[in-house]
Amino acid sequence: MDHAPVPSAPPAAGSGDGTVVLALEDVGKSFGAVAALRGAQLELRAGEAHALVGENGAGKSTLVKVLAGVHGPDTGRVLLDGQPVTLADPAAARAAGIAVIYQEPTLFPDLSVAENIFMGRQPLLSGRRIDRRGLAERCRALFERLGVALDPDRPARGLSIADQQMVEIAKALSFDARVLVMDEPTAALSGVEVERLFAVARSLRASGAAVLFISHRFDEVFDLCDRITVMRDGQWVSTDLARDLTVDQVVRRMVGREVSSLFPKTEVEPGEVVLEVRGLTRRGVFSDVSFDVRAGEIVALAGLVGAGRSEIVRAVFGIDPYDAGSVRVSGKALKKGDPAAAMAAGIALVPEDRRQQGLVMELSVERNATLTRRWELAKGGLLSSRTERAEAAEWSKRLQVKAGKLSDPVSTLSGGNQQKVVLAKWLSTEPTVLIVDEPTRGIDVGTKSEVHRLLSQLAAEGLAVVMVSSELPEVLGMADRVLVVSEGRLVDDIPRARADEDSVMLAATGQGSSIAEVAR
Amino acid sequence: MSAPLTEQPAAPLPEELAGPERSGRRGGALVQRLVVVRELGILAALVLLVVATVIANPRFLSGQNVRDLLLSAAILTVLAAGQTMVIITRNVDLSVGSVLGLSAYASGTLMVVAPGTPVVVVVLAGMAVGAVCGLLNGAIVAVAGVPSLVVTLGTLYAFRGLDSLWASSSDRLQINAADLPSGFKSLGGARLLGVPVLFLVAVVVVVLVGYYLRTFRSGRELYGIGSAPEAARLSGIPVGKRVLTAFVVNGALAGLAGVLYAARFQTLDTTAGTGQELFVVAAAVVGGVAIFGGSGSVYGAALGALLLTTIGTALPQLGLDPFWRDAAVGALILAAIALDRALQLRLAARLRGRSARR
Ligand SMILES: Nc1ncnc2c1ncn2[C@@H]1O[C@H](COP(=O)(O)OP(=O)(O)OP(=O)(O)O)[C@@H](O)[C@H]1O
Ligand SMILES: [Mg+2]
Repeated sequence: MDHAPVPSAPPAAGSGDGTVVLALEDVGKSFGAVAALRGAQLELRAGEAHALVGENGAGKSTLVKVLAGVHGPDTGRVLLDGQPVTLADPAAARAAGIAVIYQEPTLFPDLSVAENIFMGRQPLLSGRRIDRRGLAERCRALFERLGVALDPDRPARGLSIADQQMVEIAKALSFDARVLVMDEPTAALSGVEVERLFAVARSLRASGAAVLFISHRFDEVFDLCDRITVMRDGQWVSTDLARDLTVDQVVRRMVGREVSSLFPKTEVEPGEVVLEVRGLTRRGVFSDVSFDVRAGEIVALAGLVGAGRSEIVRAVFGIDPYDAGSVRVSGKALKKGDPAAAMAAGIALVPEDRRQQGLVMELSVERNATLTRRWELAKGGLLSSRTERAEAAEWSKRLQVKAGKLSDPVSTLSGGNQQKVVLAKWLSTEPTVLIVDEPTRGIDVGTKSEVHRLLSQLAAEGLAVVMVSSELPEVLGMADRVLVVSEGRLVDDIPRARADEDSVMLAATGQGSSIAEVAR
Repeated sequence: MSAPLTEQPAAPLPEELAGPERSGRRGGALVQRLVVVRELGILAALVLLVVATVIANPRFLSGQNVRDLLLSAAILTVLAAGQTMVIITRNVDLSVGSVLGLSAYASGTLMVVAPGTPVVVVVLAGMAVGAVCGLLNGAIVAVAGVPSLVVTLGTLYAFRGLDSLWASSSDRLQINAADLPSGFKSLGGARLLGVPVLFLVAVVVVVLVGYYLRTFRSGRELYGIGSAPEAARLSGIPVGKRVLTAFVVNGALAGLAGVLYAARFQTLDTTAGTGQELFVVAAAVVGGVAIFGGSGSVYGAALGALLLTTIGTALPQLGLDPFWRDAAVGALILAAIALDRALQLRLAARLRGRSARR
């Protein structure tokens, strides 16, 4: 992590003059009995990147939504250029020059990617008609700047979570905003995309914009940001210059206790081969993918966004079709394209897109957590809410789900806590092969090591784990073997002993050291 | 059902759709093609029906027959165009049949009371009556946040009741051709280059609405609202205002349809347009307008209206009991829904692969 040289005058770190553009003073916000924010404060300065960190449910996204005009604060004030303002709705925040990337992508699935980005701001011809060609061109130019290779005319439906994230980023950048707010924009991105995003964010900062960045990845926080604000339980804890802080200090302030940030996997003697994938091919997406996973083993699929990792595991589980190849579980061939058969054979898949594939947002936490097991838990065809609650309570405790009540709808949970519910839902099925796609997306440090400990423990009990992850430290810390995917092919199979940042990135980019260096 | 199972595995696409996948991987082109395929499908069904009917009865394509068909289709098409705007926003307006009736009766009354009123004023008056009804619907939906299905189910009866009340209290239960000025009556049969004027009116409406939805920011925002209401709110779209506008325009078009009805049938009582609402929704759905909003075009809906009207006139010619019309319409709706679902699933599977590996 090379920090940009920091000028000596303390407040200003970018090239802006360091004046406070946007500030929150003593802001409180409650949802029913849940106090999401209690006396939160924040000062965003021109030409400065500001990090906001805190545990899952600390109130970060709620604070973002106050800045975005989605929630009006119950108490406290929002100051724009020193003047109190009321951001009555998102349009008002936009008009004030605040661009927001929300934690959960908010795209229009039926509309084209270009329209998603420029909705309400499409370039016009005479007579206020939309300039369709200009629209596609501007979108293409934006994508070029970000290194995104998406067709501007394709609909947003079916985009991977990382691509959705990139579209959201492109949308926010197209505003030329004075304040850019990014709520976990990198949660599904790998090093190369993150670096591209940061390059753009830095140039925005250099031109005097204020940037607010939220992430659970501390290397990114220290890489990009000049100043760090820590929140806990909806309250402001501290704001300091990043160069005066260490990761350990930040974590301690967030959690209020010591946490080991990474949980290394315990050594397990691998058992029988339980998952056997041979020559799996889907035309134009991935080809000739073969690998084995043994009981007790954690195998990671690493690679860049769009390399085809999620597509491979989705095909293995049967949600996506494939054209050639075979999948065997414990020696028995698995019918293709049949997720129910995969589940019966003992495979569980934790999907990457929790909102669209993982959860029923309107149902309660307990209902969601036990959804995969409702037949098993039911007695005489009836599912008693007591069994459901007991089951759910146990898993919520293991994963430290922070929810008001277990009967609250999942949609009211913070992003990281929703992810924990998805994990609970699948872990409770006690599978023989567990496929997890970005298992700790948006999960905070404390729980992340808890999830890692849990996966490690399950592996020790003989579970075979396939893990797709864009977070290199997670891959290196957890995996017995790293399978590197590049452009839809398995290009390398690196055992734990040899796996490090360089070897994985080199294989993933497939083009030598230049990009591996950028990615760090 | 557990979440990952909701997406059924997709079989490979038929060859003509799989084409662009290999050449250039352009998702946009694939979607374009799908829309065209969808609309050509309705057209093909229409042609098939006409050909079959002509074989059974060669006189089906006689000039007068076709003109009658276009006249009947005109009213349904205007209604379908308005309804499309509402459905795209993930709402529905079930009161259009009653609005049509009210507007037809109101414009008829206007001509009886003030026989000298120019036709243009009659048309505008009818549209104004409709717009007020639409405003009421839209205001309750947008401001009070009541689901449109419930609101318009209520106003369906309320507007019809108002119509009856008015007719009985004014002692004019029926308005006959004899009561209407001849200038207005000639409108019903008027032709331009052999095409009924009323049908041309419908064509103009469809083209205007289609152009609006495609070309203006607020038109695109209607699609956005139906596609993802929460995202629409977060991206600063004035959701309430847009939905209200859609209802008002739809009301005005239902009002226009009422005037067209008066011109075509020239006998007006309080039952005019009864039951039309479901027929209109059916036309839109058959035409590929997604009932959950966000997608579909007014051209598709217009083709749907034309197809449904043709079924209504063709089946008797084929010697089938009119009862079969309902059965055929029902089958068509089910087929359209199944087709849309299948196309959507396959498209989704294709697009998913597409975002990998560029
Ligand atoms: N609409 C809502 N209704 C009820 N409770 C809510 C709502 N939105 C947020 N909360 C609650 O407010 C608290 C803070 O949530 P928030 O989303 O701000 O957390 P966060 O810091 O962004 O966490 P994460 O890191 O997991 O994204 C949580 O306890 C959450 O359950
Ligand atoms: Mg959050």
